[in-house]
Amino acid sequence: MEFNSKLLKGLVTTYGPSGNETKICNYIKEQIENYVDEIIIDNLGNLIARKKGNGKKIMIAAHMDQIGLMITDIDDNGFLRFTNIGGISPIVSLNQHVIFENGVVGIIAMEPMEDISKIKLSNLFIDIGVKDKKEAESLVNIGDICVYLSHYSENENVIFTGAIDDRIGCYVAIEAIKRIKNYKNDLYFVFTVQEEVGLRGAKTSAYKINPDICIALDVTGSGDTPKAKTFAVGLHKGTAIKVKDNSILTHPKLRNVMINIAKENNIPYQLEVLEYGGTDSGAVHLTREGVTSGVISIPTRYVHSTTEMVSKKDVLNSIKLLMKLLENDLNL
Amino acid sequence: MLLKRLTEASGISGNEWEVRNLIINEIKDHVDDLKIDKLGNVIAFKKGKEIPKKLMITAHMDEVGLMIIDVDDKGYIKFTTVGGIDKRILVSKPVLVGDKKIPGVIGSKPIHLQMKEERDKAIEVDNLYIDIGVDSKEEALKYVKIGDYITFDSRYIEFGDNLIKAKALDNRVGCSLLIELIKEVEDISFYGVFTVMEEVGLKGAGPAAYSVDPDICIVLEGTLCYDVPEIDSHFIPTRLNDGPAISLIDKTTLFNKALREKIVEIAKLNDIPYQYRKSSMGGNDSGKIHTTKEGAITATISVPCRNIHSPTSVMSRKDYENTLKLLKAILCEYKKGEFTSGI
Repeated sequence: MEFNSKLLKGLVTTYGPSGNETKICNYIKEQIENYVDEIIIDNLGNLIARKKGNGKKIMIAAHMDQIGLMITDIDDNGFLRFTNIGGISPIVSLNQHVIFENGVVGIIAMEPMEDISKIKLSNLFIDIGVKDKKEAESLVNIGDICVYLSHYSENENVIFTGAIDDRIGCYVAIEAIKRIKNYKNDLYFVFTVQEEVGLRGAKTSAYKINPDICIALDVTGSGDTPKAKTFAVGLHKGTAIKVKDNSILTHPKLRNVMINIAKENNIPYQLEVLEYGGTDSGAVHLTREGVTSGVISIPTRYVHSTTEMVSKKDVLNSIKLLMKLLENDLNL
Repeated sequence: MLLKRLTEASGISGNEWEVRNLIINEIKDHVDDLKIDKLGNVIAFKKGKEIPKKLMITAHMDEVGLMIIDVDDKGYIKFTTVGGIDKRILVSKPVLVGDKKIPGVIGSKPIHLQMKEERDKAIEVDNLYIDIGVDSKEEALKYVKIGDYITFDSRYIEFGDNLIKAKALDNRVGCSLLIELIKEVEDISFYGVFTVMEEVGLKGAGPAAYSVDPDICIVLEGTLCYDVPEIDSHFIPTRLNDGPAISLIDKTTLFNKALREKIVEIAKLNDIPYQYRKSSMGGNDSGKIHTTKEGAITATISVPCRNIHSPTSVMSRKDYENTLKLLKAILCEYKKGEFTSGI
């Protein structure tokens, strides 16, 4: 399997912060519509693509939203103030470029500060290079959301770019949708909305689908950078099978099936015990009468920064594991 | 006057019966179906023209307040807060204790007995007590018991240029708007839902939404307003007299953009002033409603209230009238069936 850089570049450079996922939704829809039997978009905007089969309903969830900054105020000189959509750090944001849905570009700057360690988002503003409020209002409105403008690059080993969280999960799902043939169950690939603000799209789409099993695809952190907090997951060591995070303790039977399948197929894997964070499975496993849920994680450095990093091999191994899992009958 | 009666009625989270009875009396002759669910939510249905997308309009009935946790030997009442209350506003306020509304005042150690460091800080709730004018525990327990609710004693007053001061404007102002809509709007099918226990974590809204299962929901609220001097404009969530505040985001909901833009369009078309609620803090019933079952599209429209969650909240009658006007205009568009296109 070759690494499809063109697809990933398309995914990470398409606009889609939480609550404003229309563009990324359309992009993903175009990629998959010839490979699935049914596509619907639900009330909150989740993209649900079904590959019909007999047997159990399997939900595969990857969130398509990304973190962003929402404009809350425009001052007389045309400077914009903002609030965070998801986990936005003031330190990371400083002096970064941002881009709006309509293509307007700005930079994030700060008020003069005596002690920069006390920086908050409310000390920052966005400069879109206009002369006054009127000109600003002709380009952006209060309520508009911008995202970090990030450069895509790669070498033999890794991808450097923004929005890997969680366009890489979308990428894994799309590649599986295109390739998988002998699947044993009824597959619902869900590209969820509003994960970054509290797993909201996963909750409503899981209610609608009422799946027997859910597998979420999302990034996780890495513990292999200098002085990193103890965490056994690192880049180039394989796909990660989640044991826990703050939103879920994954189902042991499903987790063991994932481990066994990885072993049988010589897919390098690592076990992930994450002491923070959460992902769509966290909302799905508590839906209705409960759903057996697990997570395939893609080890990622610098999550929620303007340049995140993943290993190409880890990504390919995640696709392999997902496909082998879906080719299994999953009688747990 | 309706808003006077609503704000002077008691209805702290979990004890909404008085305000609920008042609401039911107001609306019962104007609805086609009316029920009180297990948690105490009032779910009213008005039958009219059938619109393919089911509309629910909600307002929470409950208000923040206090609750008795103990009575000491001298008959002083120790209490805790129900819902979010800034402890700095408590001392020296008159209150009404229990369903019999026994008058009392909140007291504390006088300033000359406070240590210097105590004077520099807000008095902790632990160091406050309520005096109901008795001199023993035994005497106190004749009038009150542990678990009784305590409301602020605050009259509804109109003052200045069209301003209103009252307690519980959050969210009797929403209740008042919803009652007026139920009474005045004809020929449209919609659910009017008055929820319980919003102030203690949006408890009532989830089960109400589960029962109604709406496609679209408009949440009516009284919201933060501190348009006071010396605050930069990006810290001011809403301004009094600038019209109904349309929410962008809070801790519980990212409000649907298409619905929000439709509401703004309707406001512009009808020359109704509006503003955005700029703060991302707080949350309301929408948080539960939009993620119930398969999900609903929601908007929140609020009347700005200064000194919210205090006995002396202040709102503008002009904002109220403009909010009502906007809601009627929205329902008019909804009736035409165009309101929901593209949403």
